[in-house]
Order: sequence, then C-alpha cells, then structure tokens
Amino acid sequence: MSFFDRTAKSFLLVEIVKGFALTFSYIFRPKVTLNYPFEKGPLSPRFRGEHALRRYPNGEERCIACKLCEAICPALAITIEAEPRDDGSRRTTRYDIDMTKCIYCGLCQEACPVDAIVEGPNFEFATETRAELYYNKDKLLANGDRWEAQLAANIEADAPYR
Amino acid sequence: MANSVTEQIQGLWNSDFSVAYVQPTAFAGLHVLEFVVPLIIAVAYLTYAERKVLAAMQMRQGPNVVGPFGLLQPLADGLKLLAKETIIPSGANRGVFLFAPMLTFLLSLVAWAVIPVNAGWVVSNINVGVLYLFAISSLGVYGILMAGWASNSRYAFLGGLRSAAQMVSYEVSMGFVLVSVLLTTGSLNLTAIVDAQHPFWVSLMLFPMFIVFVISALAETNRAPFDLPEGESELVGGYNVEYSSMTFALFFLGEYSNMILMSGMTSVLFLGAWLPPFGISALAVVPGFIWFALKVCFVLFVFIWTRATLPRFRYDQLMRLGWKVFLPFTLVWLVFMAAVLLYNHALPGMQGG
Repeated sequence: MSFFDRTAKSFLLVEIVKGFALTFSYIFRPKVTLNYPFEKGPLSPRFRGEHALRRYPNGEERCIACKLCEAICPALAITIEAEPRDDGSRRTTRYDIDMTKCIYCGLCQEACPVDAIVEGPNFEFATETRAELYYNKDKLLANGDRWEAQLAANIEADAPYR
Repeated sequence: MANSVTEQIQGLWNSDFSVAYVQPTAFAGLHVLEFVVPLIIAVAYLTYAERKVLAAMQMRQGPNVVGPFGLLQPLADGLKLLAKETIIPSGANRGVFLFAPMLTFLLSLVAWAVIPVNAGWVVSNINVGVLYLFAISSLGVYGILMAGWASNSRYAFLGGLRSAAQMVSYEVSMGFVLVSVLLTTGSLNLTAIVDAQHPFWVSLMLFPMFIVFVISALAETNRAPFDLPEGESELVGGYNVEYSSMTFALFFLGEYSNMILMSGMTSVLFLGAWLPPFGISALAVVPGFIWFALKVCFVLFVFIWTRATLPRFRYDQLMRLGWKVFLPFTLVWLVFMAAVLLYNHALPGMQGG
C-alpha cells in the first residue's frame, strides 16, 4: 500500500505542486528590500563608523594628547605628536588615523578620558583614492564639527548603559 | 537626371528577374522581420520578466532603477554586452568557437517559421510543421556541443557533454508526446493541429502528455531544474564560460528565444494557440495573436516559476527521470491512448465510420 501511495504521489507531482503553491504565495508577501541609497536601516547609538575629534561647546578641542588611544589601538592606525601650546596647555600637533588600517573596534573611544575621539554614525565615507583615507587632525576635527549634534545625542543615549 | 534614375530603378524592380527572384525574396525578408523583431523584443523583456518574477518569489524587488520600474534594464544590459570586448581564448578553435553562438541563435529563430501566431499568420504553413520543429529543436544541441568543444576548456566541455546527453534523452519522450498529439489530430500541420477540436475526454487523456511535454521542454531548453549544462555552481558557467560580449549575448538570446519557442510549441500543441480559452466564443473579440501571446506568457511564467521553486537535479536523477520514468510512461500512455481512440472510433481517419 505504501508503495502504491508513494508511486501515486510522485506521479501526481503532489510535493512539487505544493512547492509551486508555496513559491507563488511568496509573490504576495511584503518585500524585504531596503532601497539603500534612498532608504536606510536603523543604527544603534553604539554604531562604530567614521572617526571624529570633538570640541567643547566653547570651541576648544577636547583632545589633551594623552595618547591612550594611540597606545590601545590594536591596528596601530593612530599616530599622535604633541607639544605644549603657547598658553601652556598640552595639545596635539599631529593626530592621524589611517582609516585603511582601522578595524573599527572602538577601543580608542573607550580609552579616551575626555570623549574626544569617537566613532560616529557615518559609514558612507568611501573615497576614490587610498590617500584620502589617511585622515589628519583637520579632517577629524571637521568630522567632529559636522556630526557633533548626533555624536552628542548618541553618547547621551548610551550613557545609562555604561 | 533624377527622374531617369528612379525610372531605371523602377525598370529593374519590374524586370523579369526581379519579379521572379528579387521581389519574393524581399517580401519574404520583410515577413521574417515581422516575426524576428517582436521576438527579439520579447526575449529582452523575458529576461526582465524573469528577474522580476524571481525577485517577487524571493521577496525582493528586482531591477527597478533603469527607467520606470526598471523597464529599460534589458536595453542597458544589451548595450553593456555590445560594448564589451570579445575574448577568444588562445587555445580555442576560432572558427567553431565563433560559429557556435551564431548557430544557436539562428536555430532558435529559424524554428519560428512554422509557428502560427494567429489564424493564417505564419511565415510558412508547411504540412510537416511538427517534424520541422522537432528537427530544428534537436539541432539546437549542436550549437552548445560545438561551443563546449571549441572553447578548449574543461568546464565548457563538461557542459557541452551534459547538454548533449540531456537533450537526446528528453527528445525521445518528447517525440512520443508529439506522436500522441498527432494521433488525436491526424495532421503534422500546426495550423490544422490548433484547429482540431477535441472532445473533453481526449483533452483529459492528453493532459499527462502536456505535463511531460512541459517538463521535457524545460530539459530541452536547459532551464532549471535541468540547467546542468550551465550549472554555475559546479561548472562555473558550463558551455558558455569562455564566451564574452556579443558571442555570449547570442547564446543568451538563443537560450531565451528557445524558451519562447518551446512555450509557443506548447501553446500550439496543447493550449489551442490563438483560440480563446475553454472554447468560450465570447472571448473571441480579443484578437487571436493576443491569446497566443497570453498563452506563451503563461507557459513562460511556469518556466520561471519552476526556476524559483525547484533545486537543480543531480545528473543521474536527470537521466533516471528521462529514461526510466518519462520514456516508459509516454510509451505506455501512447499505446493506451491509441487503444482508447481506436475503441471509440476517434482516430483521425475513422471519424466517418
């Protein structure tokens, strides 16, 4: 009997017709596609994207050249040189991040005692040349100025969990 | 001066030689273009439809950027292929390598000569239409085999061999299916086959043959789940790995116009081509060629639907299905059909007595 059943089933293409019905039903399900450049997915406040150097509200840069980020960077992507400024405060003269080396681990922002170096929400910074990915201090500060509103909001949103 | 030139041309056009040879050739050429141009457009939009339908069945959107709803995507793809470089491998047999895609494409177009798209709309209404179609679709294997061999590449060669074995296997059962259709209609002329009206019980007997035919058509056109000659996951791309640019485009066009051809054959042999469905005469207000196009589209949709549903067969499963299931089944069913028709005095020559 089971032989008869099996033969009948395979000859009447039962399983295949079921499969066809299933794929057909998928036509009417909502699409999962995200129209990427026009639509974007949600990002966590902890998202680790492009780096930025932040400033205080009065315009003074936060970084005090403690070099903890340079020390902790597992990819050796950060290079810092520092000198006392004319007013006697310690500031960097050079703050470079080689974005081609960076592994976006976020250890630099964890190490920073003054929340100066942070990884922001921006992940669309592809460039046409490699040289453009060797970020210097000006570029990082410019990033900070550009993203400050969101950076501050993200840090605040994440603060209760730290 | 200009007058005399036009007069001369008119004179040439109306000369005996022209009336005997040039004019018929020119008209035949125009007639052919009437079929080929829509066919190529259909092929272009079949690729679009395939991508859209597959996408819909996989909860994706498919091409939607080039033009409204991505409708210009086939044109963009065609342009891209045209603009690419034709690469001929150094170890390839140049002549055969270049001839293979042309042959594939040509054969897929030539077969359309006998497909009637409406009552009387056919390039050549020959009396052995079915045989002609069968012969041309069997020749299709040569293009692929030649490509596989001339590429001088292992993957291409394996693809060509698989294709040859597969097409030969499924042609056998396809032949029996055709014979069963001939048994009920008594003609090899495709127009006569469409016009032959069957009682319901004959259609019911033909139904399993219809299923076998569609499945064999999938195998004949190397479509999923029988796309072993291409098998991109195991043979990289099968017989067309070494092809690029226009040579590849010709294979691509050939494959898709073969799909349309097989759908056309299915609708002529089983679905009544240009006749309104289920014999509802009220639907006859819609022109016949639109019914034909709709039926072809339906079969093509089934082809694409199959691709979205079924995984690829293993090679031994493919051969088992062809030789150990379809061949005996069609053979037995053919004998059964013949017997029933004979018993009911419904064989073509017997209607009178």
